[in-house]
Amino acid sequence: MRTENQKAWFFVLPVLLLVAFNALIPMMTVVNYSVQETFGNNVFFFEGLRWFEELLNSDRFHAALGRQFLFTGIILAIEVPLGIIIALSMPRQGIWVPVCLVTMALPMLIPWNVVGAMWNIFALPDIGLLGYLMNHTLGIPYDMTQNPLAAWITIIIMDVWHWTSLVVLLSYAGLVSIPDAYYQAAKIDGASPWSVFRYIQLPKMKTVLTIAILLRFMDSFNIYTEPFVLTGGGPGNSTTLLSIDLVKIALGQFDLGPAAAMSLIYFAITLLVSWLFYTLMTKDDAK
Amino acid sequence: MAKITLSKLRHSYYPDPSGPDDYALKEIDLDWSDGGAYALLGPSGCGKSTLLNIISGLLTPSEGRILFDDVDVTDLPPNQRNIAQVFQFPVIYDTMSVFDNLAFPLRNRGVAEDVVRSRVLEIAEMLEVTDMLSTRAANLSPDNKQKISMGRGLVRDDVNVVMFDEPLTVIDPHLKWKLRSKLKELHQKVRATMIYVTHDQTEALTFADQVVVMQEGEIVQIGTPVELFERPAHTFVGHFIGSPGMNVLPADIRNGSAYFEGHKVEVEGRISLGEGLTQLGVRPEFVRIADAGLPARVRKVADVGRHSVVDAMVGDTLVKAISTGDLPAQGEAVHLAFTASHTRVYRDGWLATERAGA
Repeated sequence: MRTENQKAWFFVLPVLLLVAFNALIPMMTVVNYSVQETFGNNVFFFEGLRWFEELLNSDRFHAALGRQFLFTGIILAIEVPLGIIIALSMPRQGIWVPVCLVTMALPMLIPWNVVGAMWNIFALPDIGLLGYLMNHTLGIPYDMTQNPLAAWITIIIMDVWHWTSLVVLLSYAGLVSIPDAYYQAAKIDGASPWSVFRYIQLPKMKTVLTIAILLRFMDSFNIYTEPFVLTGGGPGNSTTLLSIDLVKIALGQFDLGPAAAMSLIYFAITLLVSWLFYTLMTKDDAK
Repeated sequence: MAKITLSKLRHSYYPDPSGPDDYALKEIDLDWSDGGAYALLGPSGCGKSTLLNIISGLLTPSEGRILFDDVDVTDLPPNQRNIAQVFQFPVIYDTMSVFDNLAFPLRNRGVAEDVVRSRVLEIAEMLEVTDMLSTRAANLSPDNKQKISMGRGLVRDDVNVVMFDEPLTVIDPHLKWKLRSKLKELHQKVRATMIYVTHDQTEALTFADQVVVMQEGEIVQIGTPVELFERPAHTFVGHFIGSPGMNVLPADIRNGSAYFEGHKVEVEGRISLGEGLTQLGVRPEFVRIADAGLPARVRKVADVGRHSVVDAMVGDTLVKAISTGDLPAQGEAVHLAFTASHTRVYRDGWLATERAGA
């Protein structure tokens, strides 16, 4: 019989405790809420899977989920290619490198609610720089407080402005790690600029790009602060994304049971999509 | 395949070079004939990679011309020069299979797919990678990756020259030897002009028919491995090639004879006239421990395998000798004899004796 040293488990214990208190236990309370109905004075009734059933059949949830996927889809479709294009056109050496990097990093340093407030003021039809320019100088009707399309365009531009830099910086890190010899060899092999991108730059960026896309997916799928400050979910419900709807149910209506059930489904979707995406992106490496 | 001519080539990395020190390459004139195997040998920073990049077109020289078969290619980009280059670190296209990697240079040039196929199979056969053709190139070991890099250079049958820039740097020692002989074998098969850049004398001497030795942006000697060993044109060559390198000893020239530590030394031929620092050069292989000659004291004897290296002090100067016979003991007083036909005078580093009989 071979004996194994089991002492290592002790070293894992502190982390286990930490994770238990900041993730597992709070999560379990959510699970607990999700199967109960709450009334005042801490009165609880067991409801089983009722909230889950109701939620999955609710039009309101479907609509919010649809808006959420639409939003995430659009910003990924814009930010990823745009980020790669910007990274490709940034200088690789010289005095402009730090200038570009700092400029790129700036939007990400601004707190989220400030970003929302900034864009809110920027886009106000009467006094905002953008709003005034569109309505009064260019004569294009633009009012994100009244028009759903205008509201959507504004939150998308805001997110692109705020987060494209993340894709840029990660792609750039991937790009500068490519040794010169690769470009020289490609020149000698007679590769076209597209081939250089397709067979050298893209494969070398793949790892960081996977991380960038995952982060952007998770962050944009869970986005709350910026659209909440900018549009508050309106006009109507047109920009009520999942998280905004969730907060409305939990804190606005104080329906803790349905909100807990929604949180769990929300979490499961984020997890599932992230896992699917990661598996698809890395499946080639195993060959 | 082509003859390569470098004419009055100079290169500086500075926009306005002022002195000779600003030049990475100082006036290179060279003719390489079609189908030869050449090595560029020199220490790091001697300009050999600069020269290579100028030939491949990755760098444009500050002055001078490059001709392939008497056609000026100085201003042509790399892809129009029909050259191939293998780099220090293997360059492979990770996402492609080995087959696609080898086919890449051909497909980029619009070669018909059946021709591509037969060329790739032929090269894969030569490199012994046929069984790997369908694997993803990213999963190969470093030596196989480097083989694929070489293969991409050799797959085109119209290349003027294939260049190797220290291609064995990242290869394990026991595989280095294999790849080196493979390369030599390939040269005999494809008969392309090949230029091999290295700072390793063994690699240069085993690969090349002609070795170009460079130092500080200058060519110090061009010759066959035997010539470089037997008659170094510069003390640098004598010292850089050989193990241990040539003894370079202080010398006085009086009345046409050379003196070392007060003793007259016979040299290969007449000493040319001139001013400058004079030195004697003699390889340890041509220093014998003899009954008569320069008095010396043995400081150290090192057994290096087939022979021993004896460090002896003549006055205050260290002289190395290679000995296979009876070895002297440490501290013993001996006499050293130099073989006159292989003892030469160098002035300011350059050879200053005439060949025996001249």
